Order: sequence, then C-alpha cells, then structure tokens
Amino acid sequence: MARSLKFNIFRYNPQDPESTPHMENFVLDETDAMTLFIALNRIREEQDPSLQFDFCCRAGICGSCGMVINGRPGLACHTKTKDLSAEITLLPLPVFQLVGDLSVDTGSWFREMYDTTESWIHTKKVFDPAAQEERMENEVAEAIYELDRCVECGCCVAACGTARLRPDFLGAAGLNRVGRFLIDPRDERTEQEYYEIIGNDMGIFGCMGLLACEDVCPKHMPLQDQLGFLRRKMGITTLKNLFGK
Amino acid sequence: MQTIYTDVLVIGAGLAGERAAIEAAQAGFSAICLSLVPARRSHSSAAMGGMQAALGNCAKGDGDCPDVHFSDTVKGSDWGCDQEVARLFADRAPIEMRQLAHWGVPWNRVVPGKSMYFKGGKQFEKEEQEENRGLITSRDFGGTAKWRTCYVSDGTGHSVLFTVDNVCAQLGVEVHDKTEAIALIHDGVTCFGAVARCLRTGELRVYLAKATTIATGGFGRIYPCTTNAVICDGGGHIPAINTGLVPMGNMEAVQFHPTGIVPTDILVTEGCRGDGGTLLDVNEERFMNIYEPEKQELASRDVVSRWMTHHIRQGKGVKSPYGEHLWLDIRHLGEKHITGKLREVYEICTSFLGVDPIHQLIPVRPTQHYSMGGVRTNKDGHAYGIKGLFSVGESACWDMHGFNRLGGNSLAETVVAGGIVGKKIAEFLQGAEVTFNSSVIDDEVKRQHERIQHLIRCKTGTENVYKVRLAMQQTLHVGANIFRTDAGLTECVAKLQEILARARQVGLKSNGLGVNPELSAALKIEGQVKMALMVAYGALKRTESRGSHNREDFQARNDRDWMTRTLAYWKNEKDDLPTLDYEPATGIFHIPPGDRGYGKSEIIKADSPAGTKG
Repeated sequence: MARSLKFNIFRYNPQDPESTPHMENFVLDETDAMTLFIALNRIREEQDPSLQFDFCCRAGICGSCGMVINGRPGLACHTKTKDLSAEITLLPLPVFQLVGDLSVDTGSWFREMYDTTESWIHTKKVFDPAAQEERMENEVAEAIYELDRCVECGCCVAACGTARLRPDFLGAAGLNRVGRFLIDPRDERTEQEYYEIIGNDMGIFGCMGLLACEDVCPKHMPLQDQLGFLRRKMGITTLKNLFGK
Repeated sequence: MQTIYTDVLVIGAGLAGERAAIEAAQAGFSAICLSLVPARRSHSSAAMGGMQAALGNCAKGDGDCPDVHFSDTVKGSDWGCDQEVARLFADRAPIEMRQLAHWGVPWNRVVPGKSMYFKGGKQFEKEEQEENRGLITSRDFGGTAKWRTCYVSDGTGHSVLFTVDNVCAQLGVEVHDKTEAIALIHDGVTCFGAVARCLRTGELRVYLAKATTIATGGFGRIYPCTTNAVICDGGGHIPAINTGLVPMGNMEAVQFHPTGIVPTDILVTEGCRGDGGTLLDVNEERFMNIYEPEKQELASRDVVSRWMTHHIRQGKGVKSPYGEHLWLDIRHLGEKHITGKLREVYEICTSFLGVDPIHQLIPVRPTQHYSMGGVRTNKDGHAYGIKGLFSVGESACWDMHGFNRLGGNSLAETVVAGGIVGKKIAEFLQGAEVTFNSSVIDDEVKRQHERIQHLIRCKTGTENVYKVRLAMQQTLHVGANIFRTDAGLTECVAKLQEILARARQVGLKSNGLGVNPELSAALKIEGQVKMALMVAYGALKRTESRGSHNREDFQARNDRDWMTRTLAYWKNEKDDLPTLDYEPATGIFHIPPGDRGYGKSEIIKADSPAGTKG
C-alpha cells in the first residue's frame, strides 16, 4: 500500500504584495522510486503551478536544488522519498538571498566568492598554441580534480555556524577553492598571497570547526581535511610573519 | 525599463557561450552572458566522458592526427556534415585542449608502464611510453579509430566548465544568471540584442548589443524521455525561429544515447563502454558482438541504439514496470576503476537506482540525448537570415555532426567552436557600428508585455500549459523516435498541429506574479510545439535513412537525392507547418561518401540513375 506523503513547504513570493511568508501543506501519493524532483514537479503541475524551486540536471551533478530537507541541507534531486518520513518539511537554504518559495540566489554569492579568492590560475606564462602542453603527474591532476568536484550547491554554507553569523565568511566551498589552487603547480601565487585572502576571520580562522559542512556535502568532498590543512598552513604562515624566517 | 548595453550578448553561459565570450573579451570587447542558472550549473557540466582531440599521446592513440579525427567525424555523421567545418574542428581541437590545460583543467595524464584494459569484456595489456609521461592522455570512445577522448575522470564537462567560468570571472565577462531571453530585437535585417525576463523579479529587461549569440544547448526536453537537463528546452532557439528569417538546420537529426538509465533517463557515460563495459540482454548474454563484429559495443551511438531497439523487438529485452530495457555490465572493471574513473556513474547508480554497479547490472535503454540540428550558421557561426546574430555549440547547426555525432565530439565542439566563432565575432565587431532604432526596441518590449498580460488574463483560452507540453512530448516520442515510418510521422505531424492550436490557447491558472514558473513554461510552449513540428515534418519529408534518422520504409542512405541539409523556417507566425528548404550538405568533399565500416551498409550512390533502388 503506497504511503500518502504530506509536504510542508515554505511559501513566499516577494514580488507579490499579498504574499506573506508561511508554510503550506500538499498531499501526494508516493510512487515507486520517487525523488523530491518527481514530487515537487508533480505538486507544481497538478496542484499549484506558482510553486518556485530550482532543478537543472536532476542527476546530482549541477548543484541547483539545494534545500533544507527535514532540517538538513541536501540536494533534492537525489533524495528519495522512501528514505524520509511520511511528513516532509522543505525550506529554502538559509544565508542565500531568497528568490521565492524554495528558490534562492546562489549565483551572486558564488560569483562574489570567485572575486574574493581570485578563483583562477595566476601565472605569468603566456599560452603558446604551437607548443606541447606542460607535463603534469597524473597523481597531481587527480588530487586537483578531487577538490575541483565541488558543485557549489551551497549546502556547506547553509549548514555552517560561522556563515550564519557573519555574511562575509568564505565558507567551506570558498576555502576549498583556495585549497584547490594552492596544490596546483600552475598557479604561481605564494603562500603569503594566499594568506592575504584567507589568513583572517573571513577565511580559515573564522572556521569554528563544527564541520557540518563535511556532514552535509552531497559530493562527499574531504572538507574536514581541507580545513585542517589550510588552518595548519596559514597558522605556520602567521608564525613566520610574526617571527620572520 | 532597465536597458543594458554590451558589445557582445551571449544567450547561454555553458561552455560554448562562455568560450566565445572569452575570445571577444580578450579582443577588448565587453561581453555579457545571460543564463537561466548560475553559469556552472549549465548542462555542459553534466558531460562526463570527455573531449575528442587528436593529441596521440597515449599508447592506444599512437599515430593519431587531425586527419584521422576528421575522417572518423565524417563517417560518424554518415556524410551529413559540412566537411569544411569538420576539418576546422579536428585541426583546432588539440590546441584547444592545451589551452584548457594552460587555464587550469586537471586533465588525466599519461602514466608510463604496463597496464591492463578491457575491450568487449576481455582483458588486454598496453604499455605507455616513458617519453610521454605527464602529457594529456585519452580514453576510448565509440566510432573512433584511436583512443582520442581527453578526460578528467568522469567529470570532464564539470571541470572544464569550472575552469572556463574562472577565466570569465578573471576577464570580467559578466554572467547575468537567472535571466531568460524571450525575444530577439531586430528590424528584419540586423539583430540588436534581446528582451529578457529577470528570473529574480519577473521584470523585463532590454539588452542591446552589436553582436548577439545563441548558445543555449540542445532541446531534448521537447521529448518526454531525455538525458538533458530541464533547462534544455529549446528556449534559446524559439526567439530565432520567431524572427521567421532564421532557419533551423536538420531538426530531424536527433541522437538517442544507448545508455540512459531506467526509469529516470539519467545518462551513464559512454566511458563505461569505452573502458570495456558490455551490453547484455534478458539472458545476460552479449549481442553487440554479433550485430557489429568489428566495433561491437563501440559502434557509433545511432548504430548501438538501433541494435538495442532491434534486440528488444526480438523479445530479448528485460521486462520492467517502466517498459523493457537491457543491461549495462561494468562489474568486471573492478571496484577501484568504478569508484575512481567512473565515480559519477557509481553515484548515479547507487543514489538514483539503488543498484551497486560493482556487483549488479545497470538497467539501460536508448534515450533522447543530443540535438544535431539547431540554428543554422555558416562556418563563422553567423546565423543565416539576420546580420549580427551568431550561434555556437549544441544550439547551433554549424554543422560538424551531420546526422550523428560521435561521443566526445560535442563537448569538444563547445570549446573548439566557441574559440573559432568567438574570434569571428570579434572580427565582426572590429569597426562594426550599429544604429539602434528606439521604435524597434519599444515595439518588441510592448509585444512581450502584451504576450505576458494575455497569458495571465487568459485572453486566448485556458489550456493548461503542462498538459499541452506533455501531449507534445508524448506525440513526438511515439512518432519521431529511433525507428520512423511514413504512417507514424504523418500521424505525428497531424497531432502536433492540433497541439499547436491548443498551445495558442494556453492561459495561466496562477497569478503570474514575479518569477512565476507557469508563466515561464507558457511563454515558450508555442515555440516548442513549432520545434517539434520541425523535427517531425523534416523527418517525414526525408525519405532515406542517414545516421540517427532511420526510416523503416526507406532503409537505404540515399546519396543521390538526400546529400542535403534540411532548413526549416517558420515564415509566418500563424502558419501551422514549417516551410522546408534544402541545401547541399557540404560544399567540399575531402572524403567522398562511402561505407562507415559499422551499421548497415545499404547505400544509393550519388551517380545511380533516378528511380532505381541503388
């Protein structure tokens, strides 16, 4: 016998003067292999066509559909209803600006992070189209990719104690980004230059070590190790700065 | 009304659009990309497998060169491509891979020494040379003579998109995400930009530009079962179609990927078969080695998809509540390989299917995957019909893929064509001056305002947009799928014409305020049905089989009558059929039409007398 699922969904359309933030209930019969992607689309198509939420790849690859699912940030597309209770509460991710209902603006947040961390390879070398590529050990490439796998869904930021307290905190996603360039031999930035970006409370020293980021990351990024690595590295740079070499 | 000026407006911020914008920015021009989603969520990110480029660094790619890549691409296209364009592409691809490496893509690299690999379920040994240590390596993909597909584990698209978007941030290429272009601004001769709807507030905005580029990817979502992201809905093609002047090329050329998972149609990469995975039937026996002794599981996608469908029709499919399917077997590749180089596949199987591919078989079936057709452009990416309008990537019919594209060639096309077309856009901008006519702009804005008000007030009817969309999708699924017939397509066209009438009577149930998703869907439904008609009507008229277009009543490839590209126009808004025109598939023949070496081989030769059957 299929379960009847009760969804409690946050509703608010800031563009509608008559709308106020509230929770709304929807009831759906559960079907085989149902995910929140399937459920939310059915609610929109069958019950309330104004319901706002974000999906894109619906395959756990693009990071569009971060939301708070029964109190925990996660990707809605790969959340199966059979793993949840019959009553499901959905809220938009905190920290990010609300667009409406379950949809938030992650784009602006991450774009700002790229600027802050200067999220690109810093090199004085000029590309020579006639030359063979520079060599790289495969292990190095794989280590970079391991940190490049972040999908910028924002779950780690939404689950972060510091990010909830101070809006300028880079969050695990931003710090991991710095870690990615730090191990890339093509990036010529010095430790001191990285220190300028993250050697402060907005960066690695703002991290309280609660590590919900690691718990909620849908891509299972090694965030705990990364944060530990950066804290050690920047701690040593602090000492070097204090006492000279 | 907010009006924003830029030298180059790019509609879409996936790999093709951003790569073109970078080229313009490097030449000193301002560039803005509009995107439905933050740039890095674009569907380019979902391309796992890799990019074809003839670097020839790895042992199994030894002796590779752009000539061989070109030849594979032309054969893959079933001689439907523009050979000059395919040549441009193959020659440029290796340089582009190195450019991406310079920008930061962590390509997998050659590791010297002996290692084992799988082909057709059997194990073989290869040895990588010390002298190639650390150069960009490649994996095997379908329809190719060499191992040529450069990759970053199975997150190639993701990793390259992150890198390219980093470069955009560095160069100051703006991305206006959550913004949807809904109409082009033009005077019948020149394109001046677009009217866009802000998906943060619902307000309309005007973008004025000297050059406008459509780079919005494919339109798989006009089918019900597709590997495409939900944003790949043709929304970028529709403004071009609505001009009445810009033709869509080869819309009937639709690729079905052999391995969409059942039931959700999420793609598992061709890399599974490239790395040695096999296809099994209900008896857990292989069959591709019987149908295609030479290429086996690694024949081109159109061929593998066709044989899979054929095999299911022979009663060898696995029955399931979601219809019949076959199995993909990668168990023999082992845990390390599956959780390493095929980790996304592992995650998709475990989280969406509850299947552990290390120990279990993966249910797969052919699923709509790629649109070879799109906005017809010349080799510079300049659209036919309107000056100052360009298109690049999957949204364009450039046309290097003809009637079937090879795995690894589309992701490569995004950046290679992005670079080539971006350069041409920059050349176009040099010294180009545009005079903007305010009444042309105001008229278009007014027209879009009215459209929105009519939908909200149900001026033309109260048809439910989601029901109309579903009817369109299912009609196309039944009538214009892998195997096509005159009867099926005739019925499909007639039904779509009825659905078009319904699409014109859509009205909103909700209030349409702000970022109303029902309004977003309603704004494009008529255009989507027009695209569906271009697919079905083009397929009905093309009385031959070529690449992915397979007519059961015309099984031969007809080089005598059909070495052509279909050009589909929607000349008058109120028409209920597209107007079809044709042009030669290619101006230059580097390789004359011949046998592909896989797939069926019935060919009506170009010089065979009319009326004969070849």
